[in-house]
Amino acid sequence: MTPATPKPETITRKQSIIQPEPDTGKPLVFNTKGLNLYYGKTHALKDIHLPIAENEVTAIIGPSGCGKSTYLKALNRMVEMVESVKITGEVLYRDSNIFDRSFKVEELRTRVGMVFQKPNPFPKTIFDNVAYGPRIHGIRDKKTLKQIVEKSLRGAAIWDEVKDRLDENAYSLSGGQQQRICIARCLAIEPDVILMDEPTSALDPKSTMKVEELVQDLKEKYSIVIVTHNMQQAARISDKTAFFLNGEVVEYDATDTIFSNPSDKRTEDYISGRFG
Amino acid sequence: MLKAGSVKEMIQQKKKATSSTSVIEKAVPVLLFTAAFISVLTTIGIVFTLIIETILFFRQVSIAEFFSGTVLRPLSRVEPQYSILPLIMGTMMTTIIAMLVAIPVGLTTAVYLSEYASTGARKVLKPMIEVLAGIPTIVYGFFAFTFVTPVLREVIPGLASTNALSPGLVMGIMIIPMVASLSEDAMSSVPNAMREGALAMGCTKFEVTFRVVIPAAISGIIASFVLGISRAIGETMIVTIASGSTKNFTFDVTQSMQTMTAYIVEVTSGDAAAGTTIYYSLYAVAMTLFVFTLTMNMLARYISRRFREVY
Repeated sequence: MTPATPKPETITRKQSIIQPEPDTGKPLVFNTKGLNLYYGKTHALKDIHLPIAENEVTAIIGPSGCGKSTYLKALNRMVEMVESVKITGEVLYRDSNIFDRSFKVEELRTRVGMVFQKPNPFPKTIFDNVAYGPRIHGIRDKKTLKQIVEKSLRGAAIWDEVKDRLDENAYSLSGGQQQRICIARCLAIEPDVILMDEPTSALDPKSTMKVEELVQDLKEKYSIVIVTHNMQQAARISDKTAFFLNGEVVEYDATDTIFSNPSDKRTEDYISGRFG
Repeated sequence: MLKAGSVKEMIQQKKKATSSTSVIEKAVPVLLFTAAFISVLTTIGIVFTLIIETILFFRQVSIAEFFSGTVLRPLSRVEPQYSILPLIMGTMMTTIIAMLVAIPVGLTTAVYLSEYASTGARKVLKPMIEVLAGIPTIVYGFFAFTFVTPVLREVIPGLASTNALSPGLVMGIMIIPMVASLSEDAMSSVPNAMREGALAMGCTKFEVTFRVVIPAAISGIIASFVLGISRAIGETMIVTIASGSTKNFTFDVTQSMQTMTAYIVEVTSGDAAAGTTIYYSLYAVAMTLFVFTLTMNMLARYISRRFREVY
């Protein structure tokens, strides 16, 4: 595990050049205000306050069961698939509360894409997987679809690997390739934010590296929230990091601050591998 | 306290004492095979008998007359005629009516149970639907004859007291649980990750159901239809009671029609002497019936393999 004062120095330094201060005036895509979430009687998220800035990678770290995945799924309201869930508080997406009655959940999810822990392509061809979203949202023209598919596959850095086999079943690909197909599928509807729920935990180190590089490229155009239990990964790829523990945000700051100079003892203990 | 190595000794002694275990070990597979072979043997026996007797039938009646004539008059003393087409027509019409009921209702039920019903609703509804499958077919037949037909006759003036429509509808109701439960199994086995993937892209529940779940489960769903058809073709009691025994070659379902199964019931419950043409005709009809249901069952197997989406 990571020693107490860790350091992918080169990367953090490079980031601090791009991003000199933690709270520049970048517009926020999400702003969470006093979010509480209950599964039945279990209080899973406790009074969460968390801003998420545009064109940044925000990492959410914490031990198993700390609520980090629940928080991520609250952002696109996928958490509502659990029947017993109850939510209070606000999550503002571009200044409107996503839990408002007038806010259409399908519209939210069209703007806020999600990549899951286990690659979950549809049992269709590679082409149909990527074209799925645009088709659902009414794009029928074959030429346009082709362009979207190529652009999305390029965006997900997998075009060269699959361009000759677009009509093969997506399940014929390796796990890492499947995950990038899922990312391409997500890019195809040009979302604003991409939520990633431990996207590399089911992948081998090489595929993990590719996805991490991809995340770095993607933040040019998209805002990314990534849940990870891999602290080095958070340190390598994120601009901001939030540390969750027992359903609370213990600390939120610029990633290099969190990893080099955390202000909370619990954060320090966690990133130095003393628990979790 | 146990001495070191004593357990090992005990095991060895036990092994020597029970040399009979090796006999059991050898006998078990033989026994199991015999049990499995009984059903194979029965099938072979039935098919063999059917073929032999059918050949004897075709020595007395030409194949051309059997499959192309339109008149079935086995009991006529003047000029008996043996054509299976009126029976095939009866079977076909009742089956079509049954599937027109069973497919839409069964599939809708399956979609509801698998995609929309809350856990609570599913817990109550599923067993209730399965009860429907447990009702003996004679009860359905009785229900068709004494309840459905009179009600239909109020609405459809020309409806005969025995007709193809009423048993067709009731047979459809009987097959609903089969279509519903097999289709529901197929849909529920589509992994949740796929639904989540589609929902997370902004699909509505309806789009997830019809553009992800049903396509992924299509092989199981179609197989359930085909098995339902096979069940309708082979169904006997309902049509015997409620469809009568007039050997009409017609598309008019308000009239009495006889199915292949009902014909077999009629002839076997009369006194067809062994060796007569009418006696052999039973086997020819049974053989045709067997070929129909066998084809359907094989089609179901083929479809579920051919169209299986791998995930």
